[in-house]
Amino acid sequence: MQSENREQVHAPLKNLVTGKLIVVEGIDGSGKSTQIHLLDKWLRSLGLQVFNTEWNSSDVVKEITSKGKKKGLLTPTTFSLLHATDFADRFERNIFPLLRAGYIVLADRYTYTAFARDIVRGCSPSWVRKLYAFASKPDLTFYFRVPVDVAVDRILTGRAKLKYYEAGMDLNLSNDPIESYRIFQSRIIDEYESMSDREGFTVIDGTLNIEEQQTFVRQKVMRILPDRFRTKMTAAIREIC
Amino acid sequence: MLKEPIHNEPRTMEFYGEGLPYLKDTSIKGRLIVIEGPDGSGRSTQITSITARLESEGHAVINTGLKRSELISGGILEAKQKLPIGKKTLTLFYAADFADQLEHKIIPALQAGYMVLADRYIYTLMARSIVRGISRRWSHDLFGFALKPDLVFYLDVDPFDLFHRVFQKYSSLDYYESGADIDTSDDLFDSFVSYQRKIANEFRQMERRYGLIRIDGTRPIEQVNLDLQKRVDAYISRLWRSNS
Repeated sequence: MQSENREQVHAPLKNLVTGKLIVVEGIDGSGKSTQIHLLDKWLRSLGLQVFNTEWNSSDVVKEITSKGKKKGLLTPTTFSLLHATDFADRFERNIFPLLRAGYIVLADRYTYTAFARDIVRGCSPSWVRKLYAFASKPDLTFYFRVPVDVAVDRILTGRAKLKYYEAGMDLNLSNDPIESYRIFQSRIIDEYESMSDREGFTVIDGTLNIEEQQTFVRQKVMRILPDRFRTKMTAAIREIC
Repeated sequence: MLKEPIHNEPRTMEFYGEGLPYLKDTSIKGRLIVIEGPDGSGRSTQITSITARLESEGHAVINTGLKRSELISGGILEAKQKLPIGKKTLTLFYAADFADQLEHKIIPALQAGYMVLADRYIYTLMARSIVRGISRRWSHDLFGFALKPDLVFYLDVDPFDLFHRVFQKYSSLDYYESGADIDTSDDLFDSFVSYQRKIANEFRQMERRYGLIRIDGTRPIEQVNLDLQKRVDAYISRLWRSNS
């Protein structure tokens, strides 16, 4: 009798993901990290519980990935699997339990980064997608669209050197790291653009000024939050507009 | 009438799924033989003896196994110490380690015409994950990059016998190999037996899908060895057909 009751209590809970998953995607220098930082500040100021997670940041995997990167030993498949391991660690440890507990999870890059990069590196698109089949679908994915030259210039300003994998040097696109980086980034843009509709990206014009972008981001976010926060937020939006 | 070594004729690699689409050279000359089985099943003894036999017949042999990649294996041990580590995370970590070995060791050796003897392959990784609740389909898809071996044997040993062998050899039970991470019982013997039984069941499930050859590993080592040797010999002699 008791176990039956417990079943009933647990069954509906199982599918109840009360939190919200908000993702920013785009190439390096597209301005996405600035925007997610401002979004985070705002949501916290409204008293919401927020958790931030970044691509390739799990302690467990980081060391190995960087070791392999230094040695230039990574193949497209090992590169892909190590990033998937990193993602899985953050997903199992933080993202999923926190979504279940009702947090707003802000992800600076998500599975789409893997789809774009791994496919550009030559992995099978269907294989990469199946690899990440366990990942929750985001409630909102902002894609920051910028021309490749704008982003590349932003990154190269004040940067001494591009790293080997960052520049896509493993793809043999060019012997010049900057040229390689430019080609690599433009291919990643092509991948993002090709999945944009299918994945339901909310496209942001990354060449607009920061405040304009943030206003747009907050308006979109407001729509996916529970009613009780909306009134509070409408007032806050008016303030910043 | 000349005897031609058929196994030296280049063949195109076959994969379980999408494979490694970026590989430029997909032809191999060697053969990949896998021995699977739990710890204490006599795997390494059998591999040593098959290696010696193949070498005495003039084949160049390379041995490979799990958790041997320079790049990643240390990280797995470290990660395991930092409990709790998620099931998917661990599965992907092992897959990365395997991929590293596959691309840097197994495939180059096969391209050079070696006989590659693998001390376990993807099947152990899949079985371990599946008994921990990972979906069969996801595991299968994950290893879509894995090369199909030419021959896979698995040493099937009754869990009770296995327990005695492991205890005699190590005088203790391994935490993960006893499934202690997923068992709520405080009886390590029970836990070991039920875990190994689940793994064995998973191997039986895989038999047909992956063409595994079950070897009764409960018999004395010499007998198992004779059995394996005969099967390997039969396979090798089929490769060296008369060419007239």
